[in-house]
Amino acid sequence: MRGRGLALLALAVLALPLALPNKYAYEVAILIGLNALVCVGLNLLIGYAGQISLGHAGFFGLGAYGSAILAARYGWPTPLSLPAAVAGVALLAWLVGRPVLRLRGHHLAMATLGLGVIVSIVIATEDRVTGGPDGMSVPPLAAFGVALAGETAWYWAVGALLVGTVWLARNFIDSPRGRALRALHGSEIAAEMVGIDSARHKLDAFVLSAALAALAGGLTAHYSGFITPARAAFLHSIELVTMVVFGGMASTFGAVVGAAALTLLPQILTALKEYEMVVFGAVLMLTMIFMPRGLVPTLEKALAAANRRAV
Amino acid sequence: MLLRTEELSRAFGGVAAVDAVSIGFGAGAVHALIGPNGAGKTTLLNLLCGIYRPTRGRILFDGRDLTGRPTHEYAAAGIGRTFQNLQVFFNMSALENVMAGRHLLEPCGLAAAALRLRARVREERACRLESEALLDFVGLAAWRDAPADAMPYGALKRLEIARALAAKPKLLLLDEPAAGLNPVETAEIDQLIQSLVTRRVTVVLVEHNMKLVMGVSQHVLVLDYGRVLAEGEPAAVRNDPRVIEAYLGAEPAHA
Amino acid sequence: MSAQFLQYLFAGLTIGAIYALVALGFAIIYNASQVINFAQGEFVMAGGMATVWLANAGWPLPVAIGAAVALAALLGLALEKFAVEPARGAPVVTLIIITIGASILLRGLAMLVWDKNVHALPAFSGDAPIRIGGATVLPQSLWVLGATLVIVVLLAAFFNRTLLGKALLATSHNRLAAQLCGISVRRVLLVAFGLSAALGAVAGILVAPITFTTWDVGVMLGLKGFAAAILGGMGSGAGAVLGGLVLGIAEAMGAGYVSSAYKDVIAFLVILGVLMFLPGGLLGARASERV
Repeated sequence: MRGRGLALLALAVLALPLALPNKYAYEVAILIGLNALVCVGLNLLIGYAGQISLGHAGFFGLGAYGSAILAARYGWPTPLSLPAAVAGVALLAWLVGRPVLRLRGHHLAMATLGLGVIVSIVIATEDRVTGGPDGMSVPPLAAFGVALAGETAWYWAVGALLVGTVWLARNFIDSPRGRALRALHGSEIAAEMVGIDSARHKLDAFVLSAALAALAGGLTAHYSGFITPARAAFLHSIELVTMVVFGGMASTFGAVVGAAALTLLPQILTALKEYEMVVFGAVLMLTMIFMPRGLVPTLEKALAAANRRAV
Repeated sequence: MLLRTEELSRAFGGVAAVDAVSIGFGAGAVHALIGPNGAGKTTLLNLLCGIYRPTRGRILFDGRDLTGRPTHEYAAAGIGRTFQNLQVFFNMSALENVMAGRHLLEPCGLAAAALRLRARVREERACRLESEALLDFVGLAAWRDAPADAMPYGALKRLEIARALAAKPKLLLLDEPAAGLNPVETAEIDQLIQSLVTRRVTVVLVEHNMKLVMGVSQHVLVLDYGRVLAEGEPAAVRNDPRVIEAYLGAEPAHA
Repeated sequence: MSAQFLQYLFAGLTIGAIYALVALGFAIIYNASQVINFAQGEFVMAGGMATVWLANAGWPLPVAIGAAVALAALLGLALEKFAVEPARGAPVVTLIIITIGASILLRGLAMLVWDKNVHALPAFSGDAPIRIGGATVLPQSLWVLGATLVIVVLLAAFFNRTLLGKALLATSHNRLAAQLCGISVRRVLLVAFGLSAALGAVAGILVAPITFTTWDVGVMLGLKGFAAAILGGMGSGAGAVLGGLVLGIAEAMGAGYVSSAYKDVIAFLVILGVLMFLPGGLLGARASERV
């Protein structure tokens, strides 16, 4: 599945524009790519390391507002503000992660949830800096006078970034560091007993996923030209976790598929107007009831079973 | 003395599970730790591998004072262990379990991992080959790519040994390796333990199966109520009246 | 100064009692099934909204309240029967996502069946504020505190004195052993969900005259109730109540003395602080893993 999955993804990214009829479709595709970016990182933390975070939208929002504020209010050039924001969020995650990751299960869920809510409230309240609940406008990504603008340019940028990130993630997972993460998910005590410093590896996964979320946040902000505190809110954190679980945990491609499915679904359901939420909720429930391990692992198993029968 | 303790104690609440134990384990031998239920054997084992912190006393391994260090440092110093309640990585295959066990032998930088550098690829291949060899050594070659949660109990006990050996430990703590095994499987474990000594791994064994203990070990330690009751060669310990009393109760007074 | 303090204390206890009821709902379901029911807040919403609707349709308030609680209990039973039970062997995270789906579904239904407006319920015994020790207290607050007290006492009696209640406790301690004793886990789960939903609905009805109710009021209330349950220690009903009260008081004191805009931040900081020093929550057992 290794190399084939990545090739399939690259192919999909290359071929998709043929199926995109208008600017709006490109927008959705770009949004999918950005969500997938967060989900690949979050999947490292939830699926592989077996931890939980109900506050990752906070990192997303901090990346977005960080780059926006540095660029809009302090005049930083965006090729600097974006990496600076991501680095800042990574540092914050590193500082906050060490004490928080000592918690387990729903206590960890609560702590990350609390942190996310705190971030979103601060963003919404400090309106002098952040523009408050109505949000703020964000300058476009530009270097040497050339701005990254237009749906096509952004599509290729995000697509390339996604393929690259998936490649990096897969390499990481197949390395001793990836195995260390999976080991501490399997049995933290046994992992320690083979020399795995579980606290450090959990922190690694936490910081990496936070940095990816911040990157996606910053890119979203520069792409849309606008950012609101809702992007850092609890409901967005829940959406992200749902995408990861829906697509399939401990599966990088699952994360991408989950992001795609749950970004597309609301768009498709808008046609149902006031029934959108009801149908969305129902689809979510039914899918998880019948595919409890998530979309990709269930499909992989079905494929493997079909192959065996064909032999 | 490869591993030595000084007045090692661990209390839970007011109860002293292990009480001022001062013992030594010499290199190159198979040591056994026995005692009635509740004697403190598992607590002592957990102390020796760093899972519990002692409330008093010291642990010295290979010349280093490991008292109070985090668990993974015990592993890094050269101590490995298997678990009575299996702590297999059920989310991975048998081979991946053993490969994970090699963690200490494979320092891996983030960049090297993510970018899949040529050296990393070579190391990964070597890791795989060595892990496969270990699976062969414990007799699990047939289960190599099987998911661990599909393997039978006896195989899982051997998998834990393979995983513990992957880190090339100097000392291996085996927690009831024969528990739940039938006589054939127990004989296989017996042979496995003996072959460990030829690999220059010192073994400390917690066991209830007396036949296995007496047959395979050179030095036996008896614990009772958290204290050392008797110590010595298997034959001597077996005939020690204090040991007999602790296991079976005092001889009834003859009329 | 002290009159102000008393005022904040009453406000905190009032909202704290609401959080306690919601937290109890979380704790009961969690103990029976290890699931964090993200739809708990929607039961709170259903209670308030259904009561408003029925009262506006002319039903006398007590009847409307009874019907609304019954409706919520039915929703809880339905959630267990049609969503949780079919997914019985699934990993816990999957079950959580199912409850998230249920929460979205219920909110969507609320929008359809009712509307998106904010609604008020008339206070049970009028709006005339009462003076207690210099503080101004709404009569509805007394209803909240009184009702919560009665409910907590009844629940304690239920869990400790009735066979069904003890069956619920047994299942939460060790499901397999409970089954071996002849306890029907399926029935226990149904009772747990129905009971939690009813508790949530009562909370929603009690608080609706004070904070009003709307289709998505459940999101924040559910979140706070969850936080209160964790703060108290998920395994314990007493913990849920204590957690709720502590959270409510922290919020009210924060709003009163520090900043009303940051009251939630203060409340969550308190929770984070407690978790750092008492990872099991205030009354949570300090369990160690047996190796």
